[in-house]
This record gives sequence, structure tokens and C-alpha cells, in this order.
Amino acid sequence: MSNDYRSIIKEGLWDQNVVFSQLLAMCPAMAVTTSGTNGLGMGLATTAVLVVSNVLVSMIRHTVSSQVRIPVFVVLIATLVTVVDMAMNAWLHDLYKVLGLFIALIVVNCAILGRAEAFAVKNGVAASAVDGLAMGLGFTGALTVMGLLREFLGAGTLFAQASNLLGPSFAFLEMKLPGYGGALLMILPPGGFALLGFLLAGKRAMERRAEARAAVRGRGLATPSAA
Amino acid sequence: MKLDEIREHIGYQPVLLGIVALVASAALAMAAGSTGEAIAAAEAKDLRDSLAEVLPAGLADNDFLKDTLAIDKAGKPVTIYRARHAGAVKAAVFQVAERGYAGEINILMAVDAEGHTLGVRVLKHTETPGLGDKIEVKKDPWVKAFDGKSLGDPAPERWGVKKDGGVFDQFAGATITPRAVVKAVKGGLDFFAEHRTEITGG
Repeated sequence: MSNDYRSIIKEGLWDQNVVFSQLLAMCPAMAVTTSGTNGLGMGLATTAVLVVSNVLVSMIRHTVSSQVRIPVFVVLIATLVTVVDMAMNAWLHDLYKVLGLFIALIVVNCAILGRAEAFAVKNGVAASAVDGLAMGLGFTGALTVMGLLREFLGAGTLFAQASNLLGPSFAFLEMKLPGYGGALLMILPPGGFALLGFLLAGKRAMERRAEARAAVRGRGLATPSAA
Repeated sequence: MKLDEIREHIGYQPVLLGIVALVASAALAMAAGSTGEAIAAAEAKDLRDSLAEVLPAGLADNDFLKDTLAIDKAGKPVTIYRARHAGAVKAAVFQVAERGYAGEINILMAVDAEGHTLGVRVLKHTETPGLGDKIEVKKDPWVKAFDGKSLGDPAPERWGVKKDGGVFDQFAGATITPRAVVKAVKGGLDFFAEHRTEITGG
């Protein structure tokens, strides 16, 4: 069973990464990743919604008939996001001012419905929670990396305004490259797509190399004398 | 097994959808009920904070959130918050809006009784991040250039960005955004001048 969870986590973080492998959730990924802080905040909020929605969908998976599952899940996710939105507005108001715009966007994040459909509806509650967490963290990682790269190339800063999101004790994360005005293109949507293309190519190249290494190792095992 | 059979029945679907919708509505109603008060309080605090930012500290001794006046501007009512000291109106705070590069820019400005700007802050905008968002005081002190300006200072034809022969800086790569802000502030001062007796008299 532990092996099972490990593969779920690995799938979410890397093999089936929401952005880099499934190419889902392009709308928030492009809109939000103008800075590392924004990417991180959106990723964490999405992770929270994803875990809860996966758990709820998994809990009701036997009651919901396949004919009406899509509307049921849509209502469920929309309700969940609205509740999160209101709760944050009420009790985490400072954070809400930074992330408020993105929270409502989570409803249209196809990755959430995608995980409900592809995983939670077929698996147990615990496995679904782990899957939601892993997928969410994979999404967070992808958004943060994209945000940091775009921010660095486009504005010459790193984690600008991180203290707004994480509290003043994280102000040390904020960095600025002196004397660099930035290439504006990277902040604009075309820059985002270009960067995503390079990152996808990079990920493919890494996977190719890992495959080639595994193949060499496999051959080595079959004919040990050849080595 | 029995559930599997019922689940395929046509009558099951609308009932299920109805129950889901009902439960979702109940959850939303409960959430709205328990957060409504806290949200209203947080928003009032936000408004107070942003008003306090454009008004110099110690200028007002009244609760200016309650001392309001609504005047029509181009058909839409504008709420004016009046800061008083010992009963006399010292400053008026109100919102102005102007179309920027990508939608409305909402601006809060404070004007003293003589028509000088006390402070200008951008409340909400959708300008290009990294370019037009320098109008936010958090990102750039540009918006403070309006402090102390009035309709006669600079002269009316100099109320523009430098590219248009005015006195205010534009940003590299973004002219439309600062131009809109300058226009909005000028409009606000015009509006105040037009209704000055109404605002300071009552």
C-alpha cells in the first residue's frame, strides 16, 4: 500500500504534473504566473480546494450515478470555492486582498474537475486525499517555477511582495537584480507561452535521458558480461 | 447491490440533482450567514484605512465614514466623505474613475477646502503588471506627485503627462495609464470646484 501512495505522489508531482504533463489549467497558469509570489499563492489555494473536492467526490462516489456526475461535481466544486472565498474574505482578509482575484478563478480550473473524474470517483477517500495533495503541490511547484522565471526575466526581481502573502518574516525572500529593467515580453502572455514551451522541452529531455539510462541499465542486467 | 439498481433508474437522477443543489444552497447560506458580519467589518476597516491614507493624520476629529454626502456626477452618485475639524469641513474624500489601458481605474482622492489635493491613491485597476501598475503606491511613489496640486497649479494646459507637454511623469512603455490617472484627478478637482459650496457648506 505504501508503494501505491508513493506512486500517487510521484505521479502528481512529476509524471502527471498538471501543468507540465497534462497541460491542464493553462488559464490560471498563464494569468497568474507574472511573479513567483502570485504563482505560489494560487497554487496553495488550488491545493486546498483540490484536496477537499477529491475527498468529497470520493465520499459520494457510490451514491452519484454516472449519468449526472458532471453537474453534481460542478455544483460541489463551485460551492466549495465560494465557501473558501467567503471564509478567506472574512477571516484572512489581508491574504484575501492579495489572492482574492484568483480564488474565484479556481472554479474554472479544469484540473479540479479532471482529478474528480480521473481519480477520486474510482478510488478511496485516503488515496483521493493524497492524490489531491500531490497534484496540488505539483501544480504549486509548476506555477511557482514559472512565476519566478517570468518575474526574474521580466522584471529582474524574485518573490516580490512575498511578505504580503507569507507574512513579514519572509521578507528576506524578496530580491531585486540592480540595474536590470527587465524584458517586458516575459510578463505578457506570449512570454508565458514561450517559457512554458522551453520548460516542457526541458522536462521531455530529462525524461528521455532517464529512459535511456534505464534502458542501458536493463541491458546491463540481462548480459552482465557485456559490461 | 440494491443501490446500483436504483442508481440507474431515471427517476433517481433529478432527485439526486435536487438534493445536491439543496445541500449546496444550504451550505452557501450558512457560510454567507456566518461570514457576512466579519466581511462587512473587514471592508469597513479597508475603507477607513484607505481614507486615512489620503488624509493627513490629525486633520479630522470627526468620524468621516458617517459624514457623507451624495452628489451626482455625470448621472452617477458619488459618495463624498467629509473630514471636519471643530465642525468646519477641512477636506473631502471621494472616488473618481477613468478608463485606463485595460479597464476602469478607480481612484480615491482627498481635496482640502481650498481645492488642493491632499492625497491620491489607486484603489483598483487592471493595468498591465510590471508596466501600468506603477500607479500603485506600493510599487512606485509616482502617485504622490499629485500631493498639493490644484487646478491653478500647474496651469490647466500643463495638467498632463510630460509627453503631452504636462508636468507629470509617464512610465517607460506605459503612457495611457498615467494619462488616465492625471485626467481622473483633474476631473476630481473640477468636480470639487463645481460643488464646493455644497460640500463645505452643509
